[in-house]
Amino acid sequence: MNAAAIRVEHVTRRLAAEVPVTLVEDVSLEIRRGECVAITGPSGSGKSSLLYLMGLLDVPSSGRIWLNGVDTSAFDEERIAAARLGEIGFVFQSHFLLPEFSALENVLLPIERLGRLAPAAARHHAEELLAGLGLAEQAHKLPKQLSGGQSQRVAIARALANDPTLILADEPTGNLDTASSALVQTIIRDLAHRRDRAVAVITHDARFAQTADRILTIVDGRLRSEPAALTPG
Amino acid sequence: MIRLAASVAVRHLLARRRQSLVSLLGIVLGVAFFLSISAMMRGSEKDFLRRLVDNAPHITISDEFRNASVQPASVRYPHGAVEVSRVKPQTETRGVRGYPQVLAYLRAQPGLRASALLIGQALVTFAGKDVAIALNGVVPAEYRSVSTIDQYMVQGSLADLIANPNGILIGDELARVMSLRLDGNLSVATTTGQARTFKIVGLFHTGRASIDGGQAFVALKRAQALLDRPNRTNSIVVKLDDPETARSFAARIESHIGYKSVSWQEQSEDLMNTLLIRRIIMYTVVGAVLVVAAFGIYNVISTVVLEKQRDIAILKSMGFRARDVERMFLVQGVLLGLIGDVFGLALGSVLMAGLMQIRFKFPGSTDTVHMAIDWGIAQFALAAAVALAAATIAALLPARKAARVDPVDILRGGT
Ligand SMILES: Nc1ncnc2c1ncn2[C@@H]1O[C@H](COP(=O)(O)OP(=O)(O)OP(=O)(O)O)[C@@H](O)[C@H]1O
Ligand SMILES: [Mg+2]
Repeated sequence: MNAAAIRVEHVTRRLAAEVPVTLVEDVSLEIRRGECVAITGPSGSGKSSLLYLMGLLDVPSSGRIWLNGVDTSAFDEERIAAARLGEIGFVFQSHFLLPEFSALENVLLPIERLGRLAPAAARHHAEELLAGLGLAEQAHKLPKQLSGGQSQRVAIARALANDPTLILADEPTGNLDTASSALVQTIIRDLAHRRDRAVAVITHDARFAQTADRILTIVDGRLRSEPAALTPG
Repeated sequence: MIRLAASVAVRHLLARRRQSLVSLLGIVLGVAFFLSISAMMRGSEKDFLRRLVDNAPHITISDEFRNASVQPASVRYPHGAVEVSRVKPQTETRGVRGYPQVLAYLRAQPGLRASALLIGQALVTFAGKDVAIALNGVVPAEYRSVSTIDQYMVQGSLADLIANPNGILIGDELARVMSLRLDGNLSVATTTGQARTFKIVGLFHTGRASIDGGQAFVALKRAQALLDRPNRTNSIVVKLDDPETARSFAARIESHIGYKSVSWQEQSEDLMNTLLIRRIIMYTVVGAVLVVAAFGIYNVISTVVLEKQRDIAILKSMGFRARDVERMFLVQGVLLGLIGDVFGLALGSVLMAGLMQIRFKFPGSTDTVHMAIDWGIAQFALAAAVALAAATIAALLPARKAARVDPVDILRGGT
C-alpha cells in the first residue's frame, strides 16, 4: 500500500497545431491515498489539462503516469475505460448529470456498466451513497429538480460509485453558493481523510485550497515548487 | 449492457418526442407501403402463374423437331468441300409418328399424365355465319386427366363426347355469337374440303375470350377423318404432379423421343422475364420509400448526438467505451425500426385487406375477380427486415460519430 494512487512523471502535453501549444510541461507529482491535494493557478494555466491527463482522458506527449503502481502508457482503450470505470472518479464544475435520469439512476449508471453487483445490490449501494451525502430524499428527482449543491453531491456520489482510489475534481464548488460550497468542500476533504481516497481538486477558492494537505500551483503549464501559497505571483 | 444502452436510448428518444414520432411515422408508412404493394404484386403474380400452370399443359409435345433435319451427306462428311445446293428435305406426313408408343413411354413415368390430340383449323357454319376455330380432336377419357376443361363446363361434359361420337363441345361465346344452343347441330368444315355435322353436347365458359369463342372439342377419330390425318396426332399434352419439374421432364422426353417438347416455363419465358423485371422495379420503388423514411431516423439520431455531446463526454469520463456509446445510439435506430415494424405491419395488413376488396376484370377475360394478395409470411418478414436494416444503417452513421466524440474537447469547451 506504499505505492501512490497516482504518480505523474515528467509529463508534457503538446498540441500539434500550426502554432504548437504546450498545455502541460514537465510536471511530476504524486498523490497518496488519504491525501487531499489542491491544484491552483491562474486561468488558462493548464490545471484542467493536467487533470484530464491524470484521469486518462488525455494522453501525455511525453512522460509517464502510474495509476496504483501500474504504468498506464501501454494501456489500450479497453484498459483505459476499465481504469476510469473502477479506479478513477471525476467531479466537474457543471452540467455533469445526465438530464433524463434521476439522481439514483445517474449513480447507478457506472455501477451497471461495471456489472459487478446484482441489480438489487447495485440499487442498494447507490441509495446508500446518496444517503451518505444527505440525499436520501432526492434519490428519485431529476437533475433539473435539484439545487446546484444537491446536483454536485449527486455527482460526487456517482464518482464514488465503483469505489475508486482516485478522485479528480475540477472546480467542484465553482458554481455553488457559500453554504453549498462549504458542504461540498467538507465532503471532498472527507473523501481523503475519512474514506482513504487520493483526492486532487482544482479550485480558485484560496480558503478551500488552504484546507488541503498540499497545494500545487500551475503557471503556464509548469508546476511551481511547493509551498506556492507562500510566494504569490 | 444492452439493457443500459436501451434505457439511455429510450430516454433520449422520449426527450425528442415529436421528432421521434415523425421519423417513426415515416417508417410505419414505409413498412405498410412496402408490405401492401409487394403482397399485391406477388399475389397477382402467383395468381397469374397458378392460372397459367392450371390451365395450360405442363409440357406440350408437338410434331416438330427443334433442329431442321440434316442431310445424310453432311452428317457423313461434316467438313466436305462440295456442297449440294437446292436440296429439298423429304416430304413427310405431319404428325407424331407412332404416338401410341410415345404415350406408352410417357405413361411409364411416375407422376405424369398424358393425352394425345389432333389440332387443326376448321370453319364452323351456322345460319349463314362462318367462324374460324381451332378444332381439337381428343380422347375424352384421357383428355380429362390433363385438362381443366371439365371444370369450366356450363352445360354437358367431356363424358358426353364418349356417349355421342358425333358430339362437339364449344364455348359459350361462340354459341352466343352464332346463336347456337345445346343439342343444336353445327356444320364443321376443314381445309381438306371435308365437312361434317356435329351435335352440340356441351358448352364451356373459361372466362378467356380466345378460348370461349375460338375452340371446339370433338372425338379424336372424327378430327382425324375431317383433317384427313388418319391414325395421327400432332400434339401430346402432359400434366405433372409437380409442375416445377416440367423443365427437366421436357428435356428428358425430348432426348428420348426426338419430338420438340416444350415445358410451360419455356413456353412463357418472355412472361417470366417480364414478371422478374416487374418485381425488380417494384422492390426498387418500395425500397426507396423505406430509404427516404430512414433519412428521418438519421435526422433524429444526428440531432440527439449533437445535443448530447456533453452527456457523451461525461459517459466516457465515467468509463464507457466508444463502442458502448455507439451501441446506445445504434439501439435508438433499432428501436425505431422495431416499433415502426410493428405498427407498419399492422397498417400494411389493413391496407392489404382493403386491396382485397377491389374487384376488376383481366384484359381478355370476361369475369371480374378479386385482387389477389399474397398473405405469405415471407412478405411480412421481408418488409420488416428491410425497414429494420434501413433504420439500423441510418443510425449507424450518427452512432459512429457519437463514439468518436473526444471528451477532452467537450469538457474544455464547457467547464
Ligand atoms: N484545443 C486547444 N487549442 C489551443 N489551445 C488550447 C486548447 N485547449 C486548451 N488550450 C489552451 O491551453 C491552456 C490550458 O487550458 P486549461 O483548460 O487546462 O486551463 P485551466 O488552468 O483549467 O484554466 P481555467 O482555470 O480557466 O479552467 C489555455 O491557455 C487554453 O487556452
Ligand atoms: Mg479549467
